[in-house]
Amino acid sequence: MNIIVVGLSYKTATVEIREKVAFSPNQIEKPLNELIRLEGIIEGVIVSTCNRVEIYATTRDIAGGIARIKRFMAEYHHLPFESLESHLYSYHAESAIRHVFRVASSLDSMIVGEPQILGQIKTSYGYAAEFKSSGIILNRFLHKAFSVAKRVRTETKIASSAVSVAFAAVELAKKILGDLSDKNVMLIGAGEMCELAAKHFLNSGAKGVLVANRTFERAERLAEDFGGEAVRFESFLEHLHRADIILSSTGAPHCIIGPRDAEEAVKRRRFKPIFFIDIAVPRDIDPMVADVENAYLYTVDDLQEIVQANLALRSLEAEKAEEIIDQEIGQFHKWLSTLEVTPTIVALRNRFDEIRRAELDKTIAGWKDFPPDAEKRLEALTLAMMNKLLHAPTSVLKQSGQGGRVDLYVDALRQLFELEALQRNDEELELEE
Amino acid sequence: MTHLFFILTVTLYGCAAALYLACLLRTLPLLTLWAGRILAFGCTAHLLSTIHLAVNMKYLPLTNMQESLSFFSLAIVTAFIVFERKYKVTTLGSFIVPVALMMLIASSSLHVEARQLPPILQSNWFWFHALMAFISYACFTIAAGVAVMYLIQRYFLKTKHLGALFQKLPSLETMDEISYRCLTVGWPLLTVAIISGSIWSEKAMGNYWIWDRKQTWSLIIWLIYAALLHGRITIGWRGKRAAILSIIGFIVVLFTFLGMKHSIIW
Repeated sequence: MNIIVVGLSYKTATVEIREKVAFSPNQIEKPLNELIRLEGIIEGVIVSTCNRVEIYATTRDIAGGIARIKRFMAEYHHLPFESLESHLYSYHAESAIRHVFRVASSLDSMIVGEPQILGQIKTSYGYAAEFKSSGIILNRFLHKAFSVAKRVRTETKIASSAVSVAFAAVELAKKILGDLSDKNVMLIGAGEMCELAAKHFLNSGAKGVLVANRTFERAERLAEDFGGEAVRFESFLEHLHRADIILSSTGAPHCIIGPRDAEEAVKRRRFKPIFFIDIAVPRDIDPMVADVENAYLYTVDDLQEIVQANLALRSLEAEKAEEIIDQEIGQFHKWLSTLEVTPTIVALRNRFDEIRRAELDKTIAGWKDFPPDAEKRLEALTLAMMNKLLHAPTSVLKQSGQGGRVDLYVDALRQLFELEALQRNDEELELEE
Repeated sequence: MTHLFFILTVTLYGCAAALYLACLLRTLPLLTLWAGRILAFGCTAHLLSTIHLAVNMKYLPLTNMQESLSFFSLAIVTAFIVFERKYKVTTLGSFIVPVALMMLIASSSLHVEARQLPPILQSNWFWFHALMAFISYACFTIAAGVAVMYLIQRYFLKTKHLGALFQKLPSLETMDEISYRCLTVGWPLLTVAIISGSIWSEKAMGNYWIWDRKQTWSLIIWLIYAALLHGRITIGWRGKRAAILSIIGFIVVLFTFLGMKHSIIW
């Protein structure tokens, strides 16, 4: 049995093409059903996000399966096959396993380490499980992919560092202030980045927002948006001590917060630390504020630098992640290849036994002077013959799991003796698991 | 038997210390898990060895430097395990467990002649006094460890060196909180220890306070931590100042513990 992957991603296709082949989650049942009705396709899962559209499937016929899925993607979306084909990639066997493990671990993402993709694959798998298009192999495969992704996330620092300025600010704030749920943010001035950062702080649990702006109406409007409190710009220094995080981005030509102000504010809050973030150019906060005890000052350049360092770290951590994936592929591949051994042996025995019984019945039916113990003897004779004949192939098959030739043997046996193909919901297999 | 437990304890503490230090370098959940487990095993072995010794000798093993160092180490490890459970600060182990290990090794290197227990020590007030003192010392040790971590983390934040160690260390706020908690537990216990110690002194020698070196220095320790706690509660002393003061406090504790013999017993 083989796992195949067919799809396209931001690496091979522009957004115009990606949106044309996207599968809407609201109507995912139809394509899933069509997918598993394709000839030779046994199980299927469709993953469709804004950055990639991929189909994972199992088949006996790799080349045919891939071709049929490619055609299916074009036909389902009423696109000319030729125009789509050049954007599609496909993987099978080990490279398919590697690809899915990498995607789930966010190594193939546009921003390496971003956490959404794992959730998206889980949702996609959820649909496939709900509509019964995935079966024993893909179930096991995707659960393995989820656990690999989890391993990558916990054992490497791939997702541990912020790669946007706003997130870098939140991370730093947590390192200074600990839990943000009882902390207040003060916004001085306005500006896209400032507001974005404030939003991030609120999403990370910050308690409240104070807004100061030269135009009080604007401050009031922003405060309303954030569910915070507006403060008059003229008196914002009076409120400095109420904030644990101060985000400043006014258009002022000179500094509006000096070391004295910071010192005063820290003192008024009984030396609890304040985290100053200066997003303005030219600067709003005097660099000397950094020397005030229990005040921590970061400018947008500092944050930018952190982001750059984190990006470099991520690509370094990605190498560790690849090692983890290498290990896990080996394990999964082994499971996959030994998966069919037992059912094949059972099917082979049943086949032989069927023939034996049929021939036995025929012989006995046409026998006239039937000695009393002949049936017993014949039964024993044929059974012994069958067992002897089957002994060598069975033991070779059982041992071939380690050698890696098992796929070949299973395929050969199934074709030579016309054994039935593995079903999607093979109960025997469920038991074996 | 005691010796066997002791070897086991040293080995386990050694492994735990190595694992905690490794935690600083690598991020592996298994590493943290096993560091904690091995330390817990070590602590159990240490406790059993102490109990075994106590049962054999029919008194708490706190009567000479060897026994005291070992007990100090046990108290530190126990306090650390409690704080780690509560605040999930693995990195604290990298600072604290090696200290406990060194104390234990130092304790084993001291050779002490077997001796009769001086009658002066055969008082319940003495046992109570010593026990309280060690628990408070253990709290101060944790506070000092956290203070060192705080200063390192503060340095990283101020100079914007945000490397791997920065990521590992807890937030300033968490460390501040642990340090405060250590003080609020340690200082009252020290107070109790000093009071029970002087009661014992009265029972044994007829005098509550004899101004020997140990007593004097204990009083100095008490004053340092009292000042720290007072500053914290009234003015809000925290951060760098509090960290430096609790490191000074700990140095004085060590100095008193190692350098100041009780004029009456040792």
